[in-house]
Amino acid sequence: METNKVTGNDSKQYIVVTLGNEQFGINIQYVDNIVRMQRITRVPKAQSYFKGVINIRGEIIPVMSLRLKFGLEPDEINNATRILIIKLEPQAAIGIIVDEVKEVVTISDDNVDKIASSANDEKASYLAGVGKHGDGLISLLNLSAVIIEKEVDGK
Amino acid sequence: MDVSQYLEIFIDETKEHLQSLNEQLLILEKEPENEDTINEIFRSAHSLKGMAGTMGYKRMQRLTHDMENVLSEIRAGKMKVKAELVDVLFKGLDALESYLNSIVTSADEGTEDNEDIIKNLNRILDEGVKAFTQDASEAKEETSKPVVSAAAIATATAKESAQADIALADHELRAVEKMTQEGGHAYSLTVYIQESCILKAARAFLVFKALEELGDIIKSKPEVQDIEDERFDLDFSVVLLTKESISKVQKVVTGVSEIKDVDISEIIVPQREHKDETASETEKQEQKSLSKDSYNAKSAAAAAKQKETAKPVVNRSVRVDIEKLDDLMNLVSELIIAKNGLVSMNSTETKSDSMGGFNEQIEYLERITTNLHQSVMKVRMVPIESVVNRFPRMIRDLSKKLDKKMELYMTGEDTELDRTVIDEIGDPLMHLLRNAADHGLESNEERMKLGKPEVGSIFLDAYQEGNNVVIEVRDDGSGINVEKIKRKAIDKGTITEEQAAAMTDKEIIDLLFRPSFSTAEVISDVSGRGVGLDVVKTKIETLGGSIETKTVLSKGSNFIIRLPLTLAIIQALMVELGSEKYAIPLGSIETIENVATKEIKYVQSKEVIHLRGNVIPLIRLNKILDVTENTKETDDLTIVIVKKGDKLAGLVVDNLIGQLEIVIKSIGKYINNSKMISGATILGDGEIALILDVNSLV
Repeated sequence: METNKVTGNDSKQYIVVTLGNEQFGINIQYVDNIVRMQRITRVPKAQSYFKGVINIRGEIIPVMSLRLKFGLEPDEINNATRILIIKLEPQAAIGIIVDEVKEVVTISDDNVDKIASSANDEKASYLAGVGKHGDGLISLLNLSAVIIEKEVDGK
Repeated sequence: MDVSQYLEIFIDETKEHLQSLNEQLLILEKEPENEDTINEIFRSAHSLKGMAGTMGYKRMQRLTHDMENVLSEIRAGKMKVKAELVDVLFKGLDALESYLNSIVTSADEGTEDNEDIIKNLNRILDEGVKAFTQDASEAKEETSKPVVSAAAIATATAKESAQADIALADHELRAVEKMTQEGGHAYSLTVYIQESCILKAARAFLVFKALEELGDIIKSKPEVQDIEDERFDLDFSVVLLTKESISKVQKVVTGVSEIKDVDISEIIVPQREHKDETASETEKQEQKSLSKDSYNAKSAAAAAKQKETAKPVVNRSVRVDIEKLDDLMNLVSELIIAKNGLVSMNSTETKSDSMGGFNEQIEYLERITTNLHQSVMKVRMVPIESVVNRFPRMIRDLSKKLDKKMELYMTGEDTELDRTVIDEIGDPLMHLLRNAADHGLESNEERMKLGKPEVGSIFLDAYQEGNNVVIEVRDDGSGINVEKIKRKAIDKGTITEEQAAAMTDKEIIDLLFRPSFSTAEVISDVSGRGVGLDVVKTKIETLGGSIETKTVLSKGSNFIIRLPLTLAIIQALMVELGSEKYAIPLGSIETIENVATKEIKYVQSKEVIHLRGNVIPLIRLNKILDVTENTKETDDLTIVIVKKGDKLAGLVVDNLIGQLEIVIKSIGKYINNSKMISGATILGDGEIALILDVNSLV
């Protein structure tokens, strides 16, 4: 619909990933790295959606499956599967497994619709809003809710 | 002026000064006449004041200033040290500490004025001085000693000697004054060294030595430290207090070889004028003889203060010994040599003997990396002193609070521990000491009755033992009354009568480490809330250590803490469970056994083995770690026997891989960490192995 170029004022860049048939946007400023699927070391007794830990250049990073977290089918690992390394705060990186990384888009804040967080819908709290890009819709992830909030329940 | 960049230095140095004040005050309390101590205290307080002022912490500055006022009177011999004063000074220190804490957290000193402490200080000052004046009639003029109010801080007295270019702080002036009164002289000397002189510092040292035989050097410019480090040109100035004449001094100085010339002039101190309180705020003192160009007292004071703050104190925040750094440097250069060896080998690769040389280089590299590792470890080590040095003060306070006489004896403060351990060990030790003071030691009367010395003793000993550091907290008090704990535990319902009867003394003492268990009959401020020992235990265990208790009734008790020397790198046994690899810290492994499956016995439907007279429970690691792969049931089980304290347990593993030196890494805070995993490590091939925490498994 509107322009997808950087409008200068309040627009953000998002990495678009897919999970099943839904597109999710992840604010690029928190993405540290994107790596291919690799061997994950299982951690016993961890939350079910945590697949384990991986080694990224000598740093040990826990990896969670967004699919399991969102209550979707378990991941089907294939050539397109990627792990996004997210750094919300320094010294605390976390990896999230996604089906595919598609592209980087710029969405201005005008094109982001807030989601009515009426229901106690668990999944709704993971979203910061819905962004319109071209003729597609991108669910923008609220990373801190995805990563941190659930940990409290898990304990 | 933006001083935020100095904040860190300020905090570090303030901590140091507060610590030294604490220590010195403790000494002062015992030896009220010790002049060195008084001087030391005064110096620390003075530096503190200067630093706080520079940083713009007005309240802190004001408090230290008032403390300094009192101290300076004591120093000048116009007041006596009294117990009350020491108490107030300690209170002042506590207040300063809380200012500092607030500065650490918010870069702001907070709004607490601590008026009562300041009032107390001033009252003591007034009373002290008055009392002294009444005692000594010749100290008449002192009654007019101006009580300098807070506003006067900025204009604290100091002055500039134009010729010698040496600014004297007020305490130095006072010393000059005193000397003059006693018929001595104060000389300002400027010594010129010959240009051809090579070892200027050495010559300067000889001059200092010669002068010190004549009297006291109270000030030098540049600072002594700078002179020793040869950070000066061809001249330096000192202020000397002596009873000798100018010519004598001159002779002595020029007697040192390679000294070109010396200028000597006498410093004449003006008589202190009688001033009322308001006048004192802008108190200016000028050296009549010298300073025609009178400096603004304010700027001179600032200059003097800057001098104080710039004084190179031993900066403990850089905790690395230069020797350790040199070691590191050497190893790194060896590493480069090894690399070059490999490079040159690469270029001569065609030669047939390259394989042998290659192995040789690898061995060389291995040796270097091992040494490098050890050196880096050493850099991480910090003497335990930095933690324990606040305990004497704590014991003193406890002694007053509990009204028991006690004395703390510490040994092995130089025992080194890993940084991470040092940062965490303070609280547990404090708990144990408080326990010893409160529960351990009997009251004075009781001790007398029992024929023990009235003053109770608490010992804090640290020493290294193999790969562990042991810290013992001992007291010569009543010891732990096992029967009392037993009764209490039964009352509380922690254990039943039958259980109690079956328990050994040791097991009963272990009850103390359970959450919310306290034997103190009266809950006091100090301890007895039952949140002590279990916290201590948890903390020590998270540090990878263990705690053990020994006690003899009416003789005393002894808490023994064992801590690993280092946390970051450990030796571990690698084992396999299914296709997963786990590391078990070598320190907790007793033996490794092969046991036939048929030797497994059952006690209370739990698997145990009987090994050399010990009944050892078995832990099937693959079960509790949810290893899904089915492992073949073999006739033989590989069992790693681990110990935690006196308890043994056998961990059943599928395969042993071998011993490995591993670097412990955290697995991050997001993932839910069951207590069984203490961390992870990266193996040579980049794979991750989890490290088992034996303490929580057993």
